[in-house]
Amino acid sequence: MDRWLLVLSTVFFFAAVVRTVIALRGRIFRWSRFNFATIAIGFGLQTAFLSMRGHAVGRCPITNLFEVFIFLAWSVALIYLLVGPAYRLSLMGAFTAPVVFLLQLFALLVPSDTPHPSRLAPNPWLEFHASISIIAYGAFALACVAGVMYLVQERQLKTHELRSIFYHLPPLPTLFAAMTRLLWFGFALYTAGLVSGFLTGEPLPRTKIVLAVAIWILYGAILQGRYLRSITPRRIAALCVVAFAAALSLLWSIEFVAHHA
Amino acid sequence: MKLFCIGLNHRTADIETRERFAGHAQTVAMLHDLNCHERLLLATCNRVEIYAAAEHEIASKKIVHCLHNGEVTSGPDLAAFYRHENAECARHLFRVASGMDSMVIGETEILGQTKRAYETARLNGQTGRLLHRLFQHAFSTAKQVRTKTDIGRGAVSVGSVAVDLAEKIFADLRGRKVLVLGAGETSEKTLRALSARGVSDLRVTNRSSQRAEELAAELDGIAIPFGTWLEQCREIDILISSTSAEGQLLTPALLGPMLQERVDRPLFIIDIAVPRDVAPEINKMDGVYLYDIDALRLITEETLQLRRQQLAAAEAIIDEHVAEFCRQVGTSMDGNGMSANHVNQVPAAPGLEVSSAS
Repeated sequence: MDRWLLVLSTVFFFAAVVRTVIALRGRIFRWSRFNFATIAIGFGLQTAFLSMRGHAVGRCPITNLFEVFIFLAWSVALIYLLVGPAYRLSLMGAFTAPVVFLLQLFALLVPSDTPHPSRLAPNPWLEFHASISIIAYGAFALACVAGVMYLVQERQLKTHELRSIFYHLPPLPTLFAAMTRLLWFGFALYTAGLVSGFLTGEPLPRTKIVLAVAIWILYGAILQGRYLRSITPRRIAALCVVAFAAALSLLWSIEFVAHHA
Repeated sequence: MKLFCIGLNHRTADIETRERFAGHAQTVAMLHDLNCHERLLLATCNRVEIYAAAEHEIASKKIVHCLHNGEVTSGPDLAAFYRHENAECARHLFRVASGMDSMVIGETEILGQTKRAYETARLNGQTGRLLHRLFQHAFSTAKQVRTKTDIGRGAVSVGSVAVDLAEKIFADLRGRKVLVLGAGETSEKTLRALSARGVSDLRVTNRSSQRAEELAAELDGIAIPFGTWLEQCREIDILISSTSAEGQLLTPALLGPMLQERVDRPLFIIDIAVPRDVAPEINKMDGVYLYDIDALRLITEETLQLRRQQLAAAEAIIDEHVAEFCRQVGTSMDGNGMSANHVNQVPAAPGLEVSSAS
């Protein structure tokens, strides 16, 4: 039953992706409530799934790679629903929907929904550490989305090829400001997640610590470059994309290591 | 009651003909004498049209005479006029108000002109139920066409393209610093367009300091000595260059060191000069957006192309609104099967077009 909720949720995200593709092919790219509405419905279904799964496992439902990816997709949708309207970033939904859809599709297709071998005793610090870290990933994902939007807009300005989407995408400084704020927000959450990891009282695999700290250093370096104004906005946008791709790979590695430990 | 429109526009008549039939102070009074119960004159530089409602058929020639001081008009002049009735009259006005019948497709000025013409007629008691409904429908149709299609998207002049680009690069233009290098006509127009969007720090430099001072005074800017323009590139956000220099004034070697000081401040360069003042390789530099006159013109052409592509979608919206208008006022108009698909046409005067002018 809970898996069907997830499939239905994925269908809604897919609808947003299809609409974006049709708009791109038709060269008529405009803001509409459709993407926001489909993501909101998809988010509602994700929430219902996570709630049911949480009751079933008796804790925050991030006990295997499948749940981690669903929780990550959920946090991306959550942050989009909070940030999108607040920053008035038109078309952010059109760029966010594919990210959420791919994360969820990956989770559904890869046979990673393996039940945890033993029912774990609730550990508030562990749950806080894991959930806050994944929400931080959600913020990094949105920073990546803003980065892609920035690169698309910047490329059009550089090449002088202005498509319909050019007139609907926000100006470069607006995208850059959103990107920077999302990076700071994600970095603060990730730092909290990292610190709380040491308070769980559980043994921490060395590889997991190294990889987690590597992600923290990567994002810290991007923010440092922004703060010192030593990296151009275009490079920061590109780094947001690269860093998220790296972070996502490392997240998978961390879970892989944890699962085999 | 018959609803009809008679007029000419830039497509059917040359400017001399449009001038002869531009209407005059007595036009509306003369229409009243012809038993036009409701009447409205829409006169712009590209079109002259009369929208009217009357109990009985009125020959087009009589209406045309009202626009021309009542003098006898020649056959060739009449050939320039078109006539639309009932549903087709509504369709024509909806297209006009939406900018679909304009010389520059999608332009918005016509909507304002139509609103003013309606307001004048309304205040003078020349509109009744039919014209009121017709024009209210036209305004809402125009709004929907603009919001639901890209017909008004983009800019179609060099100055407005520059402003559009600047707004995408800087978001807010207030507080931006602009330097005009060479005070030519196009750069002046571009500067005025930027100034209208809030740019207040305007600097002008020219080989002839007198011309620079004149332009600076006109636009409330400051004139700076020509020899210092390169140094200004450290501070400014937008450079508009249009000198008649034979060689390139700005090269990557000159600009490179300055960019290191402004990593997070983009530089927008508009090079209108021919031959170009700015080396094209500069566009490859991070944070610099260089547009020459060809690039700007290409954008205006592409914009017009994009607008033309939107016509089909706009026509679909017009169809819906014409049908809706006919449903609402069908009983008020001539009862001869009035519908969006049926036009009850008055026999046209010789040489008078009854089909759409578009």
